[in-house]
Amino acid sequence: MNAVAELEVENVSRRAFLRGVAAGTFVLAVPISLPAFGQDKKYGGEAMSGGLKDDPRIFLSISDDGTVTLLCNRAEMGQGVRASWAVVVAEELEADLAHVKVLQAPGDEAHYGNQNTDGSRSMRHHFEPLRRIGAAARQMLEAEAAARWGVPVSAVRAINHEVVHQASGRRLGFGALARDAAARPVPPREALAFKAPAAFRYIGRENLPLIDNFDITTGTAVYGIDARLEGMAFAVVARPPVYGGKVRSVDAAETLKVPGVLKVVAIDAPPIPSAFQPLGGIAVVAQNTFAAIKGRSLLRIQWEDGPNGRYDSARFRQTLETAASKPGKVVRNNGDVDAALAGASRRVQASYYLPHLAQAPMEPPTATARVSNDTCEIWASVQNPEAIRTDLAKRFNLPLDRIIVHPLLLGGGFGRKSKPDFASEAATLSRAMGGRPVKLTFTREDDLQHGFYHTVSVERLEAGLDAKGKPVAWLHRTVAPTIQSLFAPSSKNEAAFELAMGAVDMPFAIPNVRVENPKAEAHTRIGWFRAVSNIPHAFAIQSFVAELAAAAGRDPRDYLLELVGADRLIDPASLSDGWVYGEDPKRYPFDTGRLRRVIEKAAAEAGWGRRLRRGHGLGIAAHRSFVAYTAVVVEVAVGADGALAIPRVDIAFDCGAVVNPDRVRAQLEGAVVWGIALATTGEISFKAGRVEQSNFHDYEVTRFNAAPAQIRTHLVIPGGYDQPLGGVGEPGLPPVAPALTNAIYAATGKRIRTLPIRNQLT
Amino acid sequence: MSTFTVNGKTLRFDGDPEMPLLWYLRDVAGMTGTKFGCGRALCGACTVHIDGAATRSCVTPMGSISGRAITTIEGLSPDGMHPVQVAWRELNVAQCGYCQSGQIMQAAALLKATPKPSDSEMDASMGGNICRCGTYPRIRAAIKRAAERAGS
Repeated sequence: MNAVAELEVENVSRRAFLRGVAAGTFVLAVPISLPAFGQDKKYGGEAMSGGLKDDPRIFLSISDDGTVTLLCNRAEMGQGVRASWAVVVAEELEADLAHVKVLQAPGDEAHYGNQNTDGSRSMRHHFEPLRRIGAAARQMLEAEAAARWGVPVSAVRAINHEVVHQASGRRLGFGALARDAAARPVPPREALAFKAPAAFRYIGRENLPLIDNFDITTGTAVYGIDARLEGMAFAVVARPPVYGGKVRSVDAAETLKVPGVLKVVAIDAPPIPSAFQPLGGIAVVAQNTFAAIKGRSLLRIQWEDGPNGRYDSARFRQTLETAASKPGKVVRNNGDVDAALAGASRRVQASYYLPHLAQAPMEPPTATARVSNDTCEIWASVQNPEAIRTDLAKRFNLPLDRIIVHPLLLGGGFGRKSKPDFASEAATLSRAMGGRPVKLTFTREDDLQHGFYHTVSVERLEAGLDAKGKPVAWLHRTVAPTIQSLFAPSSKNEAAFELAMGAVDMPFAIPNVRVENPKAEAHTRIGWFRAVSNIPHAFAIQSFVAELAAAAGRDPRDYLLELVGADRLIDPASLSDGWVYGEDPKRYPFDTGRLRRVIEKAAAEAGWGRRLRRGHGLGIAAHRSFVAYTAVVVEVAVGADGALAIPRVDIAFDCGAVVNPDRVRAQLEGAVVWGIALATTGEISFKAGRVEQSNFHDYEVTRFNAAPAQIRTHLVIPGGYDQPLGGVGEPGLPPVAPALTNAIYAATGKRIRTLPIRNQLT
Repeated sequence: MSTFTVNGKTLRFDGDPEMPLLWYLRDVAGMTGTKFGCGRALCGACTVHIDGAATRSCVTPMGSISGRAITTIEGLSPDGMHPVQVAWRELNVAQCGYCQSGQIMQAAALLKATPKPSDSEMDASMGGNICRCGTYPRIRAAIKRAAERAGS
């Protein structure tokens, strides 16, 4: 298979980035795109824009020296997708993992299939296509070797980067076979033979190496913010402090005196809702980032705030609470909740509040652009390169293939970098600079104050208990501005995809259930945030279960297991509209047995019921999201002064088959720390339409000394590799916060219903 | 005009003395291993060594570094084999990896000053370095491993 031109990421200006490994060599480039058999509606990766591609000629090349080069079509943002991609392909290819290199595919969904890296979908959607890529290429190499030796293909076998003819002992390395093997037809899907899982040597193995380990530890890994182009300028933008605001007047005289400042550029503010567009404002372009920041600080801008200039999140909480006190749109209804509540021996009610949050990836949004009359090139850390391409094609009236996006490593994404706004700004500024390359950087203040925020919500729950303390009625009102408000101002109800993140898909065996969704208006940009609406829904429901257990005088674990009930498969369509993370509800029913098992596992591993020291407490919570099952037990230690410490967390997780256990564990560890951050300190608040926080001193995230001393991860693997995979990046997170506050209750008797906890314990 | 060394190489600077070392390294010298995270010494992503001491380069003005010896992640070891770097790889510490330049520089300075740090000494030294991916438990384990390695 053709030799790949050596790529030096440092030389991004050389235009050496691949437009497809196989470009120019494989003339038979007919991509395999199989329609889903006998199904009208598409699900999973097939339903995503660009679909799934599995032609090895698109993704794989093997050079004469045997080096295998794999193009990764998903963004690497810390989930380890590059490492795990190599693992799957090397496995089925029977390649030596040490000789597999991974390069990042440019943005091009028509060619590479879907590239929108969010929703915990990468391995879930691509495991099978990646296996097909590896198996097809292996069979092409085997066919070539068999032909050269004049033996039947059944007599040869690929073993560790060679094809071997066992009978004669002849062997040929992949490198020697690759060039001619590439000219052979790609075997059709039904002719592919996969390895038996018992023969796996990489998939499922612990402690597989990370592709980018050496570069990361030596400072040579190239993130979006590290792109360097010949002659580039550097820019920051002063954006309207209120969503929907615009510049009334600007005086840039002092800015233009700053040495190194090149130009001040006004960017028009779009009408709201502004979807993924930049907010407009005044850009300062300079010879270095410092001069741009200094120049911006000297701008004198009069802003016009617009309709959100009075957004006050403390007052808005009251608005949400009022909405939650009244009936709303019924989004799930089983039995007769009102009658069951009226007949209950006891009624329990509680209301929970969760504030806005910012993703705050350590690398803030940043992009570098070079725009000419007929081409626009972007180098950036982006979760969704195609979103940039479509945005810029429209903005500059260029054909899609003239928008070239080079995805670099992401210094974290968490949902923020699926929006193309920062790339649009960079491109706009490069054009304003006559085509000179421009790197646009968000400062941390920009990131926190001009984000796409996690929603704010009030979750009101009410249950009727029978004489034994078992719920007979469940009424949940969820009130939160919706992500859809980014696109349509009339959107005041949560979307189906938000409601089915833990609210309508509540699995408990309760005969009378009603979920309502009163309206809420958005006054800022609401966006995707790791685990999205599962955060408020799981926090409220899992806190409430512990409250009911306390009301019933029961052990919280036993009570939770009793609510989960007998093992059964719940058809998502029987709960609401059947949305289940874009997957086929028949392939992904809610399996309460799997939820039960992770609860039992976490409890057992944590030593549930063990004697604890004074001030210590254990809390448990469980949740299914992104078609994976998680249970968490947190141990807290609350000092006499209210100081909170978290000595230990046990997290049990079932995402189906596991490809790269070390990276799954890493995601769970990260989810625990992330959950602690949002539970203990995370809050974005608004006053006069403006975000009150500005940097890590007032938007506090969990630090080294506040992280749990021990995070113990327990993988519960239910079966073989023919089982559909679940998500990994997000589903660890939702039960963390309620397990923590349940532990605080166990330790102190204090019930936390408002996040963040901050100083509520002192 | 100030003269200083970066990873052993002598360099000169005659620009704005207020410019933070971070932006000099990244934008002027083209050394991008040192990362921007907050600009206010709140996150540690920009940590370098100045005369051996871990320092936040985002609040270190160029006017203050004349005659000083600066080491960045690119210069921590000639071959990437500093015990901290090795331990980081062995334990697959990184997730996105963005903050790890700063974490590694901070940990290397800690171990130089305190070869066998206790947990509370680690807390005190590493508390200023944020990792949003949540790699803290592995960072702690990797520091311990590097300390054992250096001490054996």
